[in-house]
Amino acid sequence: MCRIGAIKSLNYIHPSMALQLMQSQQKGHDNSGFAMVMQNLGGIFEPYKHLPTLSMACTDEGVKIAEDLLHEVGFSRVTQWTPEVNDQPGLDINAMPNYVFETFKYPRTYKHSSRKEKEELLLDTRLTLRRALEENEEGFVYSFWPDLLTLKEIGAPRDIGTYFNLWEADNRFTAKVITAQCRQNTNYDIVRYAAHPFHLQGYTALANGENTFYLKNKEFQQGLHRGYIGFESDTQCLLYTLHYVHRELGWPLHYYKHVVTPLPFAEIQQREDQKQLLGIRQSLAHLELNGPNTIIGMLPDNTLFTCCDAKKLRPVVIGRDNNTIVISSEVCGINEILPDRDWEIDIYPNEREVVVINDDLEVQRWKQ
Amino acid sequence: MEAIKLNDVTANDLPWKIIYDASRCTMCGSCVATCSFRAIVPKVERRRIVFSEGNFPEPKARFSAVPVIRQAKSIRDYCRGCGMCEKVCPNDAIKPVRNPDTRLPVITRCLGGDSIKRGGRKNLEGSIRTLDKIRVGRISQMTDPSLDAQRHTFDLLAPFGRILPPHKLPFTPDDDQQLITNEITPPVNWIYPVIIGDMSIGALSWRMWEGVAMAVAYLNEECGMPVRMCSGEGGVPVRLLKSKYLKYIILQIASGHFGWNRIANAMPHMVEDPAGILIKIGQGAKPGDGGLLQAGKVAEHIQAIRGVPKADLLSPPNHQGLYSIEESVQKMFLSFNAAFKFRVPVAIKVAASATSVSVFNNLVRDPYNIVGGFFLDGIDGGTGAAHEVSLDHTGHPIVSKLRDCYLAAVTQGRQGQIPLWAAGGLGKTGDLAADAFKMIALGANGVFTGKLILQMAGCVGNDMGRCNACNTGLCPTGITTQEPALVRRLDPEKVAQNIVNYYLAMDQEFKKLLAPIGNSSLPVGRSDALISTDRAVAERLQIQHVC
Repeated sequence: MCRIGAIKSLNYIHPSMALQLMQSQQKGHDNSGFAMVMQNLGGIFEPYKHLPTLSMACTDEGVKIAEDLLHEVGFSRVTQWTPEVNDQPGLDINAMPNYVFETFKYPRTYKHSSRKEKEELLLDTRLTLRRALEENEEGFVYSFWPDLLTLKEIGAPRDIGTYFNLWEADNRFTAKVITAQCRQNTNYDIVRYAAHPFHLQGYTALANGENTFYLKNKEFQQGLHRGYIGFESDTQCLLYTLHYVHRELGWPLHYYKHVVTPLPFAEIQQREDQKQLLGIRQSLAHLELNGPNTIIGMLPDNTLFTCCDAKKLRPVVIGRDNNTIVISSEVCGINEILPDRDWEIDIYPNEREVVVINDDLEVQRWKQ
Repeated sequence: MEAIKLNDVTANDLPWKIIYDASRCTMCGSCVATCSFRAIVPKVERRRIVFSEGNFPEPKARFSAVPVIRQAKSIRDYCRGCGMCEKVCPNDAIKPVRNPDTRLPVITRCLGGDSIKRGGRKNLEGSIRTLDKIRVGRISQMTDPSLDAQRHTFDLLAPFGRILPPHKLPFTPDDDQQLITNEITPPVNWIYPVIIGDMSIGALSWRMWEGVAMAVAYLNEECGMPVRMCSGEGGVPVRLLKSKYLKYIILQIASGHFGWNRIANAMPHMVEDPAGILIKIGQGAKPGDGGLLQAGKVAEHIQAIRGVPKADLLSPPNHQGLYSIEESVQKMFLSFNAAFKFRVPVAIKVAASATSVSVFNNLVRDPYNIVGGFFLDGIDGGTGAAHEVSLDHTGHPIVSKLRDCYLAAVTQGRQGQIPLWAAGGLGKTGDLAADAFKMIALGANGVFTGKLILQMAGCVGNDMGRCNACNTGLCPTGITTQEPALVRRLDPEKVAQNIVNYYLAMDQEFKKLLAPIGNSSLPVGRSDALISTDRAVAERLQIQHVC
């Protein structure tokens, strides 16, 4: 079973904190992988917040294919960071030859383009790269987005941390928001693309649970947007629904909850906004999420949120101190990294709640 | 002695033989009185009895006249196997037995020079039903737990009405981050996923129709189940049109437009909108054929409701003046939408056919967003009267066609925009919840059912040639007749009670099917929940093949 976690802090934090958060929950997952998305980057990426960073794992040939493609589109590299790997024998990791974290300038032709046009370019470029690298399995492109990077690997999270030297905190590789998940062994094949968190145009999602409406979600989403691809995991559906509701339809975040876990008809009929809620239930019926789930989501503006399925079949807890807020599947993870917090103010969200954390670490609890 | 000629009709030629035991018969006459088909008659037989009275054998013969029951030998008054004689006989002295050597299909045509007409359903023996080759095989366990059918709450409702694509919803966020809307959207009613199918007053006796209407009112008002019934083509009693219960009725208009004069006249007096309008283009049991109500059933009250004289009432095979799908959209849908001021969803019912997907595609792409439902009726559906050749040999099975329509919608990203409702032999084995559930997982939003409702009321007909005489007006159970003596056999309150109880049982069974797949709302299109041991079925329906 997946275990998920997220840390949001006023200060830049190192991924070692995310590893600690997840390590104490290791009995709950199966030690088959580790994946994280870092957003609002510090360290070596801090000066380049407005420029897109490519996160990719690939072969030597993959590096060449990607560089050629990016050059062809007109991107020019401004910085890159290659993690120093500690390839000691006996580590449980199924590593790729290269891990690429490169920041690029936009093509000159995009000098006067709008933000939206640039965002579409980034998506198209990532999709092109993915397709090109897929042919001979030369690599995996996880994200290509400003102020955000992704690391995923197959193996034991502890060993993955050792391999990338992530247990030792430093100031070079940091972010103010980190979401992480420990499990590669999804219900489907073990492929790198199947590990959440997933990212699309500034939106990130990860989940602990099952989406029993996966097929319905997938069949509907395939036709909604060119970026809704892959479907190696049922959690991707949750990301695509978030992206669709918030970005494509332009609806406020709290309507996401109404889409994935709609209120029962009997309750909708008591509401003043029943016309809107029924409209959502009708038109977005195929995006409903059924089955046990806890979702953690992150928006382009760094807003972090969590919500559960309508029967509260999956746990989640939120703990905090003055500088940091942690969302975790199990409270032991929070105890590990925030041992001195006031645990009496921990939040255990209910099935009709969305807990939202803004950039000032203000916590809001929205009732559906 | 009567002289018998080779081509005279005898009991051997008929589909049912009456087995009669004179030694058990008390001559009460119940069987003859109850047989609505006049298929048995009292008769006197001449019997020769040999007896001996003294201490030694002195055989003598005596002739006596014995009253007995005999089978009528007529292609008009023949036994339909309904078994009413057996039901009423106090001594088990009489019963019909199926005659596998029947020559009725041949001799009826030879003697009548006309096609055979009957009611009921397809009577050709078939193979195992497709739905029975499918199981709900995706069971939630462990990380994805099954739900508790008793404890959890379930949303068992289906949409009736046109559903907009998400990006067409006229919602915009205001300053308080609330979506606001001032525009009118197409009306959608959320109703129970099993509609009581369109059976008209005329086809049904007034007591039967009243019993169904009572059941629907009870299910809504007392059980909280928003079940809807469709009027069928034949009008609605004015008292009901002007009552608050109209909201539970879907009004049907078919090619004969029977009853619509009264409906139109009642519109200013309606206190509630009807649940919907169903435009019937075709019917699964007799595709390409219109309605047929034989004069025998056009009683005085039927003449009044329909506004017609006593005559055979034939609806044309198609709506006159509709030459294209576009026209059906523009003319009929717009006029009915307008008639009820765009408050009532308007849907279409067609017979399943090799062309159904084309029709569906045209409707789902219509730019007006006004077609509020696609009712697809398969070959195993029933009818009050039809030509037997239509019943048995024309039509299309419902399962793959429903699936095709759903997948056509998926291909276009339009699933759910026109709700799909399926019928035609569903619940044939008496187990409607399972059939409906499988159809829903294949892509139906809901199902509708007619024959099974009659069976709940006491109909004894089946698809092996039993009864199927709804067209004659001689229904032995009082369900499909307008003969007062026969209609009085039916207790409308008992009809209502049976239907209500069946729905309550079915509702439980739906939950028992939803719980193991871990869903609390209907799994429309969740074909991953289905499996089949039949490779051909699995491949055709795109579900998992198992063995």
